[in-house]
Amino acid sequence: MDIYVCVRRVPDTSEVEIEIDRSGRALEEDDFSWDINEWDAYAVEAAVQLKERLGARVTALTVGDEDDEEVLRRALAMGCDQARLLSDDVFAGADSWVTARILAAAMAEPRPDLVLCGAVSADQGRGQVGGFLAGLLDLPLVALATDLQVEEGSARVRHEVSGGVEHLVDLRLPAVVTVQTGLNEPRYVSIRGIRKVAGVEIPVLGAADLGLDPAELQPRVVTEELFPPPQGGGAEILTGSGEEQVERLVELLHEHGGLV
Amino acid sequence: MREILIVVPGPGDEAAELTAAARSLGEVRVTAAVFGADEEAAADLAGLCERVVVFPAAPGGVFDGEWAAAALTPWIAAEQPFLVLLAHGNDALDLAPLLAARTDRPMLSDCLEIGLRDGRLVGVRPLHGGKVRARVAAVEAAGYLATVRPGAYPAAAAAAAAGQVVEGPAPTGFSPRREFVGAVAAEAGEVDITQAEVLVAVGRGIEEEENLDLIRSLAEALGAEVACTRPIVDKGWLEKSRQVGTSGRTVKPKVYLAIGVSGSFQHLGGLKGSPFLAAINQDPAAPIFAAADVGIVGDLFDLVPLLEEKIRERRG
Ligand SMILES: Cc1cc2nc3c(=O)[nH]c(=O)nc-3n(C[C@H](O)[C@H](O)[C@H](O)COP(=O)(O)OP(=O)(O)OC[C@H]3O[C@@H](n4cnc5c(N)ncnc54)[C@H](O)[C@@H]3O)c2cc1C
Repeated sequence: MDIYVCVRRVPDTSEVEIEIDRSGRALEEDDFSWDINEWDAYAVEAAVQLKERLGARVTALTVGDEDDEEVLRRALAMGCDQARLLSDDVFAGADSWVTARILAAAMAEPRPDLVLCGAVSADQGRGQVGGFLAGLLDLPLVALATDLQVEEGSARVRHEVSGGVEHLVDLRLPAVVTVQTGLNEPRYVSIRGIRKVAGVEIPVLGAADLGLDPAELQPRVVTEELFPPPQGGGAEILTGSGEEQVERLVELLHEHGGLV
Repeated sequence: MREILIVVPGPGDEAAELTAAARSLGEVRVTAAVFGADEEAAADLAGLCERVVVFPAAPGGVFDGEWAAAALTPWIAAEQPFLVLLAHGNDALDLAPLLAARTDRPMLSDCLEIGLRDGRLVGVRPLHGGKVRARVAAVEAAGYLATVRPGAYPAAAAAAAAGQVVEGPAPTGFSPRREFVGAVAAEAGEVDITQAEVLVAVGRGIEEEENLDLIRSLAEALGAEVACTRPIVDKGWLEKSRQVGTSGRTVKPKVYLAIGVSGSFQHLGGLKGSPFLAAINQDPAAPIFAAADVGIVGDLFDLVPLLEEKIRERRG
């Protein structure tokens, strides 16, 4: 069984001040720390657990540049068998559509039995690549998996649907499954674990290697400008010493019936 | 006049919001696609749009992205609507990108606004959990697809003009590669946060499982129940029944105190009835402050013990 897992390196911006760069279309990245996209870590873990149980071969893929290789190292350290860095100057400016085209081309040989992707990425939040892949590869799709059992050519998937409800579905493989957080417990990777896979060669594949014509790699959606969310209308931010702020908060909580 | 197809997987406010989004583009004719809707639901939709197409429900009677894509793809190819719109929720993740690929359309995802420029679809969408916004534009194409964030457009009022209701064809030659087995009941859990009047919600800012005691102790002082964001449940620190959000519980307390919570739309999507919302977060740019009534910017590890002390003092 061949499993492909698609991963991406994303910045953690939850606690840094965001600054838009001079181009107006990207962020200043100096203060960012980077890691595997949270959803993708669950996807890698799911793939590796299937390998351990069923003896699958797991290939991790990412579209990016040499900085993104570290996310593939991490996937290898978690137990993926091999990794491919899909990188080319002509991939610059790829939107999710182009990204999916590149990933699909990298799955031409061997054909996948199962494709796992994170359901969304923490930075862009578009949730498109998995669905695009299902369309491009003509495979069935299940989004937001919270449990995944595979057995001889089929998968039983629990997944989140609208309205806070979960459904169980059976999928005939090959198929694309996008993974929701909480599906498993992604294993911890130590620095030593990463060092162990430092010697593993990660082939870099470009458009020509993948049989892609650059003319087909035109993005369908272009980011024209980034801007900060509108100010105002939000919370009254309390001022004064910490003690004063907290006293005022207690007052307000009390006024609104918060001290039961 | 531009044709816009709104796809409505299930009941809810979605249809009215999508109709409003569609009509924000000017003179348009709105068609709603639904699956296996009963007469009443179809009539409700017909009060909103010019036409309702009722496709047969998927086997199992539930929404199924595979089935929906198979039914809609030939319909879209034949009718060529200018734009296909869906609400950005779980069902859209199961259908929208698949449908965009099958119908070969540029897709804008999770838009706060959609618009037209030179006949092309443009939009505004949030990035980085709502800390930045992007103006995006689709390249020129025969038709487009977009998902719109729930709540971004206030629901359209039902129009007087009643739309016509027609039947849509079942997908031809459909051999299911995906089959519905059953729905999974949510676990009941030890408390029912949906009944609580006061909730203290904790997020990833709490850092370690042990630190939850700070929150439990504060909640006890307030007489509140503890709720949480999804990552706290994913880590197994609190049970699922305490998770607030689109994939958790919908709560309607009087007071909601969010601590170390960034304020993602999936989390806030579970908060109804406009409670008094107070937030403690060390990041002044955290989106929670845009939604909250009052906020303190600071370190929860300093503020929470102090808050508990002041509450206990006040109670005597
Ligand atoms: C389909 C889908 C469904 C989802 N459903 C849900 C759902 O139902 N409920 C839900 O909650 N999420 C849901 N999510 C996840 C959601 O997108 C966010 O990832 C999640 O809500 C973030 O949780 P958080 O606020 O705890 O963590 P973060 O976004 O990491 O925020 C942590 C916050 O803590 C602050 N902080 C850190 N340290 C301190 C400190 N010492 N003092 C004060 N503040 C501090 C930070 O500034 C930050 O703002 C869903 C996602 C998807 C894709």
